Amino acid sequence: MQALYSQLVAGISLGSILLLAALGLALTFGQMGVINMAHGEFIMAGSYTAFVIQKVIADAGISLLLAIPLGFLVGGLMGVLLEATLIRRMYHRPLDTLLVTWGVSLILQQAARDIFGAPNVDVRAPSWLSGGIDVGITHVPAARLFILMLAAAAVAGLSLVLKTMPLGRRIRGVVQNRDLAETVGISTRNTDRLTFFIGSGLAGIAGVALTLLGSTGPTLGTSYIVDAFLVVVVGGIGQIKGAVIAAFGLGLLQATFEYSTTASIAKVMVFVVIVVFLQIRPQGIFSVRTRSLA
Amino acid sequence: MRHTSAGQSRSNYGALCGLLLGALALLVVAPAVLSDFRLSLLGRFVCYAIVAVGIGLAWGRGGMLTLGQGVFFGLGGYVMAFHLKLADAGPSGVPDFMLLYGSGHLPFWWEPFRSPVVTLLGVILIPSLVAFGLGIAIFRRRVRGAYFAILSQALAAAFTILLIGQQVTLGGFNGLNGFRSFFGFNLYDPVNKRMLFYIAAVILLITLAVVWQLYRSRYGELLIAVRDQEERVRFLGYDPANIKLVAYVLAAAMAGIAGALFVPIVGIISPANVGVVPSIAFLIGVAIGGRATLFGPVLGAIAVAWAQTALSESFPSFWSYFQGALFVLVIAFLPAGLSSVSLLRGSWQRRQRFGTRAGRMAAPQADAAPSLPSESGLSGISAGSETGQ
Repeated sequence: MQALYSQLVAGISLGSILLLAALGLALTFGQMGVINMAHGEFIMAGSYTAFVIQKVIADAGISLLLAIPLGFLVGGLMGVLLEATLIRRMYHRPLDTLLVTWGVSLILQQAARDIFGAPNVDVRAPSWLSGGIDVGITHVPAARLFILMLAAAAVAGLSLVLKTMPLGRRIRGVVQNRDLAETVGISTRNTDRLTFFIGSGLAGIAGVALTLLGSTGPTLGTSYIVDAFLVVVVGGIGQIKGAVIAAFGLGLLQATFEYSTTASIAKVMVFVVIVVFLQIRPQGIFSVRTRSLA
Repeated sequence: MRHTSAGQSRSNYGALCGLLLGALALLVVAPAVLSDFRLSLLGRFVCYAIVAVGIGLAWGRGGMLTLGQGVFFGLGGYVMAFHLKLADAGPSGVPDFMLLYGSGHLPFWWEPFRSPVVTLLGVILIPSLVAFGLGIAIFRRRVRGAYFAILSQALAAAFTILLIGQQVTLGGFNGLNGFRSFFGFNLYDPVNKRMLFYIAAVILLITLAVVWQLYRSRYGELLIAVRDQEERVRFLGYDPANIKLVAYVLAAAMAGIAGALFVPIVGIISPANVGVVPSIAFLIGVAIGGRATLFGPVLGAIAVAWAQTALSESFPSFWSYFQGALFVLVIAFLPAGLSSVSLLRGSWQRRQRFGTRAGRMAAPQADAAPSLPSESGLSGISAGSETGQ
């Protein structure tokens, strides 16, 4: 019972990390169909933002609270820059976008290496996150609980924007029918750019959150990007709730397999489960029903 | 789809000339002018070139962006490394690293690779079978485009994690290295190293010849048709899944053979040679050379590998920027690669006439190609479904 409980907690914690990393992708890849491999480097940029802020403001608590909006801004601005310079030209070539953004991610990684040095850097966690809370019989580190709440807040905020705000309506309109949206006077170019800003900004927040769990290095993004894409693929396109379910599902699965085998075998088993799952639902858990082929 | 024209016979003539030129360059000129060290370096590049031929087939002609070729490269490489390790250890011996890290017990799945025949078959069959299994699962359910790319990349990630986790049985992060002989030939002898180069070069030429004949065949035309209009091919009564599967499995087999050659030539196979990063790095040479051409991928792969060696020796950090910039510039602004203006130009123009659409790889040239009104109508529909995928 104890073991089951701690697996559950570990799975949910892993799921919330996956969700934070994948939420921005669910927006840019899921809704716009743009495969942004540099998303992982936006996560890294968020982590380094937290690091730099802590250099300026020594107090760990204030710097963390400041890093979250600033990380969002840094990630978002990098995303807008990428969209305006490269991705905008390539909306009709999704696969090539993948390779171009991979090139961008190589450049960003090397830039991080040149600016911050190759060794990992650490961001101190505030004292109020160093303890833990007892949930039932098991102990949950406060940092992981904070990330879970941050992920929940990000999902809630994003849903709120998409559901209620005029910007959200425009985004949904462009996703559902780009030509018609253009016809009724929505600037699809501006909408795309804003969508990209939000999606990349979420990556920045994910980066800030990751500093609470471990150290930050130039290759931080690469270690999350593949998993984040898998979450979106399993979740299905165009649905935030798909990403939520997929992230926690994969997190729990990974934790369960890890319990019975090793971490590396568990990773492979999760991959096999995903391939098998796509046999049953090639479009992911949720998909927008369309009348197009395939 | 079958057609013989002046353009085709011209490009066939060109391909034959190219093969002969390649044979001359690799088998006569290179061994004559290069030192042993440089020749062995070129041997490594030739291995990458063999992978590139496969990627050209799967990605350039088949439209399958495979980001996991490192897995097949690694499968071939590790199978070969198993055999070399066992051969070095002698009959019924145990490889040195197992004695160092583990209990000194040989896992049962190492045992078959004592036999050279099993090894040589395994080098080709194991990557092919893995590709076949995965391909059947993916293509039959019409998972394609970006989804396929992401899955293939996840395969590479899972494979590396698996390798790193197996310190005792697979050498873990360090991989397998320190091979002393290759099927009885001493690997420290320069003459044998030269022989390995010849073997790699001949295999590269054979793969090129096979792919050339494939491109000329009815199957080659179908593969392009699937790349450009998968649904239309389905409506014509073909099964696109099978067509794609053949190209994917062939590409995997080529990567496996290349990996097996890489092991004795370079002397190591480790997760760093097979993971997500090297898998995607294989693509840049193919893209530069011209992904849908016959010789482009080979020339591109060799040029990029050469540039990497030359640049990263003197400016290690500059290479990363350079590689990143190559991806951005070539893919965004030169999707047909450099060789679209060279040897196989005839075949490019021919393909454009036969309906390579805008929105695919030939985007910059497609403006020049006349397209029927009905075609642009259909493209509109399928473009919608693509972004949906």
